[in-house]
Amino acid sequence: MSTLIAATRAEFAKVFTTRIWWILLIILGGYVALLSGGLGLLFGATSQGMLGASEGVEGMPTTGLATMIYSTATSIGYVFPLLLGALATTGEFRHQTLTPSFLATPKRGIVLSAKAIALFLIGAGFGVVAIACSVGAGSAALAGFDIDTALDSSDTWALIGRSVLAMAIWSILGVGLGSVIPNQVATIVVVLAFTQFVEPILRSVGALADWIGTVTQWLPGAASDALVGASFYGAMGASGAQLDWWAGGLVLLGIALVVTVLGWLATWSRDVT
Amino acid sequence: MGDLGQTIEFTGLTKSFGGFTAVNDLSFSVRPGRVTGFLGPNGAGKTTSLRALLGLVNPTSGTATFDGIRYRDLASPLTTVGAALEAASFHPGRTARHHLEIYARAAKLPITRARESLALVGLDGFADKRVGGYSLGMRQRLGLAYALLGDPGVLVLDEPVNGLDPEGIKWIRELLRSLAAEGRTVLISSHLLSEVQQSVDDIVIISKGEIVHQGTLADLDTGDQLRVHVDSPDRAALGAALEASGFQIEMSRSGFIVHDVEPGAVGHAAFVAGVELSALQRKTSGLEDRFLSIVGGGAS
Ligand SMILES: Nc1ncnc2c1ncn2[C@@H]1O[C@H](COP(=O)(O)OP(=O)(O)OP(=O)(O)O)[C@@H](O)[C@H]1O
Ligand SMILES: [Mg+2]
Repeated sequence: MSTLIAATRAEFAKVFTTRIWWILLIILGGYVALLSGGLGLLFGATSQGMLGASEGVEGMPTTGLATMIYSTATSIGYVFPLLLGALATTGEFRHQTLTPSFLATPKRGIVLSAKAIALFLIGAGFGVVAIACSVGAGSAALAGFDIDTALDSSDTWALIGRSVLAMAIWSILGVGLGSVIPNQVATIVVVLAFTQFVEPILRSVGALADWIGTVTQWLPGAASDALVGASFYGAMGASGAQLDWWAGGLVLLGIALVVTVLGWLATWSRDVT
Repeated sequence: MGDLGQTIEFTGLTKSFGGFTAVNDLSFSVRPGRVTGFLGPNGAGKTTSLRALLGLVNPTSGTATFDGIRYRDLASPLTTVGAALEAASFHPGRTARHHLEIYARAAKLPITRARESLALVGLDGFADKRVGGYSLGMRQRLGLAYALLGDPGVLVLDEPVNGLDPEGIKWIRELLRSLAAEGRTVLISSHLLSEVQQSVDDIVIISKGEIVHQGTLADLDTGDQLRVHVDSPDRAALGAALEASGFQIEMSRSGFIVHDVEPGAVGHAAFVAGVELSALQRKTSGLEDRFLSIVGGGAS
């Protein structure tokens, strides 16, 4: 056990002694703040008919608007903890640092577990920053139009807590993915292609028919949105069926753990030459 | 201090990659208090054997242990065994101190060991520089600093001399000798005997994955054959005189090579025949030639 704690401390140090973590964190915070602030302004202005829209839009309902805007922290920002986790493992292969890691901790399962634990906690930290940015910018924009910021509702705070959890799990999925595909460039391409194109398209298709929706609700992004409980895609009407929040969380965690075990089998337990 | 180091034992170690056998049935032991050279040409299987010893490569069969314990089962690996393998294994964006502190944490060593071992290898002035800017020799020293992190009783170093300048080679030679003198076990690999000849006591030579020679450095030396180079302004007369004495001779570009005889006997034969000599010299084939012939010619 104490070996696991020591290995986890080493994994924290690995992340915080190179620059990529704060580069990703700054981009995440800035991106989410801009997006949620922008959406807040856009919907706020629309709801008051300021954008010169047609009559019907004028009375646009604003209930649920706040949490949808806050949830951009995860529904858009999840790619950042995913990348951080993936880079944490692919970096070890790329720079051949598995050798000193496995010499210091010869039980490799402990190294992989320690990495997953450390990245889970750092991913939670990313979640805290992301949700702070989306709630900060989003609520400021909404308040400017006298729209309810929903910050006095316990449901909103539960959503904030679930968002942090989602970001933490995405980091583990990154660790697993990086072990399955140890090539750093290939992993980054797969992450970006899947999160930015493949899954959004599949989920849009899922909204077309119920039977497709029952399949696409198991995709990691859909499961993550289900866990958080509000979603940008959901609000856009681009997704069909959705799991319960706890089921979404379990599905996302399950995917992360299965991918990590695959990584163990594919690369982690193999010869280091 | 004699019990500081542990005995490394390779027992029938075999490693195949697919159908290719990189290391075949390797058995030898490495004793404490001595520096052992693990020699062989490129691709002989040195790195593969050392990685198997350190649990980084799973042997196809056989074992490699430290006082009977496999690396993966050591209770405190970094304080038992320090290893530096040939490939540079650093994140270029990390400083040397941070690099070592990570593994000090993982091995539950005091964090201050990072600075101490950087000082041991002469890198204290560069501790907070990113490793990406290091020269080859500095990386080699950083690898050694990692090996020394836990102040281990056993050192396993793959090609530690590579990339070091003459001063660095002299320095590492003295360091290895002093570590062995303290009772530690020191195993170093090299593809050149001359590179490690001045630091090793014992040698194990492998070629194509198999042991071809094993013993002390002195053993290797006695295998050297006696040969004498001799020349004269009148080569024909010298040739006749040597043949008359019944020597086994061989023409060379600069005179004759006489086998299995002391220079004095050759000089005497020439004197008796009244032949003037312009050269008379004992030829040593040298350890390196001996090494090459062992490596090239299979088992000795
Ligand atoms: N992962 C691997 N897959 C396939 N073959 C390998 C692998 N690693 C090593 N080999 C082969 O095993 C043989 C021994 O390699 P090894 O690196 O152990 O040699 P070496 O004695 O360290 O050589 P050098 O002096 O060049 O470092 C080589 O023929 C090499 O090609
Ligand atoms: Mg090698």
